[in-house]
Amino acid sequence: MAPKKVTRNPELIPGVRKISRSQMYHKRGLWAIKAKNGGKFPHHDKSAAAAPVAEKPPKFYPADDVKKPLSNKRKPKPTKIRASITPGTVLIILSGRFKGKRVVFLKQLTSGLLLVTGPYKVNGVPIRRVNQSYVIGTSTKVDVSGVNVEKFDDKYFAKEVEKKKKKGESEFFEAEKKDKTALPAEKKDDQKAVDAPLLKAIESVPELKFYLGARFSLRAGVKPHELVF
Amino acid sequence: MPFKRYVEIGRVALVNYGKDYGQLVVIVDVIDQNRALVDSPDMVRSQINFKRLTLTDIKIDIKRVPKKKTLVAAMEAADVKAKWEKSSWGRKLIVQKKRASLNDFDRFKLMLAKIKRAGVVRQELAKLKKETIA
Repeated sequence: MAPKKVTRNPELIPGVRKISRSQMYHKRGLWAIKAKNGGKFPHHDKSAAAAPVAEKPPKFYPADDVKKPLSNKRKPKPTKIRASITPGTVLIILSGRFKGKRVVFLKQLTSGLLLVTGPYKVNGVPIRRVNQSYVIGTSTKVDVSGVNVEKFDDKYFAKEVEKKKKKGESEFFEAEKKDKTALPAEKKDDQKAVDAPLLKAIESVPELKFYLGARFSLRAGVKPHELVF
Repeated sequence: MPFKRYVEIGRVALVNYGKDYGQLVVIVDVIDQNRALVDSPDMVRSQINFKRLTLTDIKIDIKRVPKKKTLVAAMEAADVKAKWEKSSWGRKLIVQKKRASLNDFDRFKLMLAKIKRAGVVRQELAKLKKETIA
């Protein structure tokens, strides 16, 4: 912030200032500005306004006055992440098929979801998106400086659109073959590329690999509101 | 059973309720039947109800309502802090605090250590059992 400026004319009581109008005129040096300009204040002429363009009368007048909706210039921002969640934080996933798994946070995507990886070799969690609400942020951090997550965004995770087939009667009776398209090799390579530097960082800390491979659970007598994560 | 710990000037007590919960304080004066004037090196001298205090075994040698400097010097001379941390009560409190501040990762490491220790103990026990049978 700019250094606090001392006012030249402080308010003594509400409505009563210290220095009179004529004294302020002198203090501000308006007499010097006038003198410099030959007896009157410097003044610049108004710039010539553009000549108004002759408008053609419209071809079509609508029958009823349609109200225009108010303009909305709001640009949504990605959700604010909790201060405890920074790149490299170990998170505990609380719901879904990976509930209880401890996972490494990589970055926040533009949709607000958190990009996360197991690593896959350690606990079977692939590069995945996760919502901040279903996650506990622990205070354990892993070094993610060697990981390049530039190429991951929400479009990477979009479902592939299936071509619509015209349903014939025969196809109703046949069991719908759900072709589980195997993961494209490209995605497997992405996983390996992200996990390699992570695994090195994880193995450098003793017992961290076992920690990430284990699931979190509550036991008898453990009070979650008293736990320090 | 006679009482062993008396409320007296110089008695060190533990605050067990209120803003200064868990602090060790010294009773420097008795106000009336229910309240004492209490002081500690890192707090302002104030009154406190006896119900909020738990007396300890430690007692220091001071006169009624000493100045802060005298109090601190007396506490150093009697080495209250060291005596407290050596006592089993003091040690228990320290362990409780440490346990409460454990991280999720720390708790995991603790679990692994406990399992390891239990394994070693069980091995020794099995060995001893074999020896007694044999």
